[in-house]
Amino acid sequence: MKLTLKIWRQENAAAKGGIQSYPIDGIEGDMSFLEMLDVLNEQLISKGDDPVVFDHDCREGICGSCSLQINGEPHGPDRLITTCQLHMRMFKDGDTITIEPFRAAAFPVIKDLMVDRTAFDRIQQAGGYISVNTSGNTIDANAIPVNKEDADESFNAATCIGCGACVAACKNASAMLFTAAKVSQFALLPQGKVEAATRVLNMVEQMDKEGFGNCTNTGACEVECPKGISLENIARMNREYLSASLKG
Amino acid sequence: MSRLDSKIPEGPLAEKWTKHKNSIDLVNPANKRNIDVIVVGTGLAGGSAAATLAELGYNVKTFCYQDSPRRAHSIAAQGGINAAKNYQGDGDSTYRLFYDTVKGGDYRSREANVYRLAEVSGNIIDQCVAQGVPFAREYGGLLDNRSFGGVLVSRTFYAKGQTGQQLLLGAYAAMNRQINRGKIKPFNRHEMLDVVLVDGKARGIIARDLVTGEIERHAAHAVVLATGGYGNVFFLSTNAMGSNVTAAWKAHRRGAFFANPCFTQIHPTCIPVSGEHQSKLTLMSESLRNDGRIWVPKKIEDARAIREGKKKPTQLSEEERDYYLERRYPAFGNLVPRDVASRAAKERCDAGFGVNKTGEAVYLDFEAAIMRYGREKALTEHIQDPSEELIREFGEKVIENKYGNLFQMYEKIVDQNPYKTPMMIYPAVHYTMGGLWVDYNLQTTIEGCYATGEANYSDHGANRLGASALMQGLADGYFVLPYTIGDYLSNDIRTGPISTNTPEFEEAEKNVTHRIEKLMSGSGKHSVDHYHKKLGKIMWNKCGMSRNAQGLSEAIEEIAQLRKDFWANVKVPGTSKGVNQELEKAGRVSDFLELGELFAKDALQRAESCGGHFREESVEQSGEQKGEALRDDENFKYVSAWEYKGEPKDAALHKEDLVFKNIELKTRSYK
Repeated sequence: MKLTLKIWRQENAAAKGGIQSYPIDGIEGDMSFLEMLDVLNEQLISKGDDPVVFDHDCREGICGSCSLQINGEPHGPDRLITTCQLHMRMFKDGDTITIEPFRAAAFPVIKDLMVDRTAFDRIQQAGGYISVNTSGNTIDANAIPVNKEDADESFNAATCIGCGACVAACKNASAMLFTAAKVSQFALLPQGKVEAATRVLNMVEQMDKEGFGNCTNTGACEVECPKGISLENIARMNREYLSASLKG
Repeated sequence: MSRLDSKIPEGPLAEKWTKHKNSIDLVNPANKRNIDVIVVGTGLAGGSAAATLAELGYNVKTFCYQDSPRRAHSIAAQGGINAAKNYQGDGDSTYRLFYDTVKGGDYRSREANVYRLAEVSGNIIDQCVAQGVPFAREYGGLLDNRSFGGVLVSRTFYAKGQTGQQLLLGAYAAMNRQINRGKIKPFNRHEMLDVVLVDGKARGIIARDLVTGEIERHAAHAVVLATGGYGNVFFLSTNAMGSNVTAAWKAHRRGAFFANPCFTQIHPTCIPVSGEHQSKLTLMSESLRNDGRIWVPKKIEDARAIREGKKKPTQLSEEERDYYLERRYPAFGNLVPRDVASRAAKERCDAGFGVNKTGEAVYLDFEAAIMRYGREKALTEHIQDPSEELIREFGEKVIENKYGNLFQMYEKIVDQNPYKTPMMIYPAVHYTMGGLWVDYNLQTTIEGCYATGEANYSDHGANRLGASALMQGLADGYFVLPYTIGDYLSNDIRTGPISTNTPEFEEAEKNVTHRIEKLMSGSGKHSVDHYHKKLGKIMWNKCGMSRNAQGLSEAIEEIAQLRKDFWANVKVPGTSKGVNQELEKAGRVSDFLELGELFAKDALQRAESCGGHFREESVEQSGEQKGEALRDDENFKYVSAWEYKGEPKDAALHKEDLVFKNIELKTRSYK
């Protein structure tokens, strides 16, 4: 396959960035999107140019590091996968592919396609945990039965990999789906109920502080989420938030 | 030799840990506030240790190269975590988990450490449930279990195909609670490049900020390395792209002995290599062997026809298939341990029965399981004479519920539907049992420098059983290290803050900047990946699933040569200021080029076959076990611990004899 890549290049957070064009040849359908970028980088290095910087690590769709906006879509045209799982067989010979970083005021660019997503960490630090000590002196794991449906729903919410595609997909750069997934995981389990009210209030407050936009229910986040996190989580978080606010 | 004092407590096996905990020194809460601990690596072992130490009151600094602790490669573990809970009432016990682990590791691990691991395993599950880890449950609301290789009970707890992510999110949440309290200071996008010793004790590290490029000094009273394994020395592995040996190797260079470097786990069920462009390999969880049957064609003509695309696997009848694991190992069948399953796949493929274009793949087939589950479901739904399509539909649903995400992952990579045609799999490098030598307290041979999780060598011997890595990481971090490190730190209550303004920090920092300058001043002939791929090829061909003296001797030479070439001719573009991913890779590969040689040297001296280490010269010659690996307890019942002496070829070997008082040394049979 012969392709034209239009890639966002930006020296650092302070510098002004821009799109640059790179022709590339010899790309096979079995390559992952990131392996295609590896090929490009090898070529750039051999020419003495700076390789394109992008975040990646596990390359099997679970660490949530990779974060490219490909032809305007987070993680590209395929569904329910991350960029590292996107394969070049999704593209045709002669295609032009535009690659940009995830765009959001709360995700500043560090270099080229690498962005700073520590805002997500701070939202979780605000309350995304159950306050138990890790001494092991707790009750037997089977002492509290958990309804299988709730356990499964909690798991589904917990599959969020914190990649930020939901934010990048949203026209308001809202982090509602991410925050809602984290709130829901705990809200659905008996262990999480004790601190449910303070958790949701603190996490939402931090989310707003980080400069993420508001949710206007377009559902773009759910469509682009590589783990298929459901919008229902946002509804659940809104209920939790409302009831916590009334209690407060 | 006194430097290898394992410090195993006296007394009966089952009482050692309790007695030890009762007799070691404690640090009072007020004094803990004056003590700093550095934890490098934030996977299960590091994250859990950091959270627990902070909760106890120590001031903790964590370091990880990823942008968030949540992305450490523990996240990728799929299948599950073992615990001797005996919830299934199938005869499990602490002793049985201990026994399975020692036997699975082919009698090359330390009894006392493994027993302690089994002893605390149940508590891990209690802890994780309390933290909100959403494990799989049955309809009655209780926890579900499944089976893994090398055992005869169901003791594996799981969260679909992403147990690692869920457990890591649990540890990360515990960390977040402490970060919020100000007890942990996280340094993300930082890489440790040296450990600093003051008066022989580990008192800090030198780290590079991967965003600004700045070299920083960080001091502490103790340093914990929880930096994972070194499987990426093979270039292609199931490890994350960034997984590396650097932190462990720097400690080795400063005096920490490196144990059993040649003990590598090659996992039997990975997606086969598709081409030269491949950057990493993807694991298909061992849990799939609960329901999948592994086979190749019986007739070599059929294998050839399949490779040429003239035949499809589904066209072969039962009689035309060779379910070689069921044939060779009737007692354990498809659930033999990983090393055994991997070697058996290689044996069939080397004999010409491989089923993909390259001839390096075998089938993992779910047809029988789909039909079996489908019939069960039809029966419980009271459907009379269900059609085959209906049974299949039911069965595929059950399989989807169990392994849906793995099947999806397979389909995306291979572009084939594994519900309709058998998966193709082949072994790949997955885990390293070797690592920094530690005593019972998880302390390395550097005082005050501890190693936990995959970074140490202690619990898995020559082969790790499935679902035991998560168990060990969390056991070390939540329940072992927080006690044992207190014993050491109790001597530091009057030490006061450690200054970074000392000649030792000065020297270490200079050492780091000098190495970076050297990396950036190569002649610029070849990229870092060029060297990494070459190293990987040497490792895979000569230090892989099957090893012999000649190949290993060649590997030692070739790696030393490659290392020389690397330092002279590597090309690292850009500068050391700011983000430079090529520079990061270059540093890691430079350490792999040293470790690789030590690895081969270790494999050469160990002229026996044990666990994942298979020496072609050491094979059973007759009897029921003919052709199986032959262990040599008389000459090799020890841990090889290597002391750094400059070049890897000069490394000095120390031996820790392994004493088995509670388990009889036997030939490991899964027949």
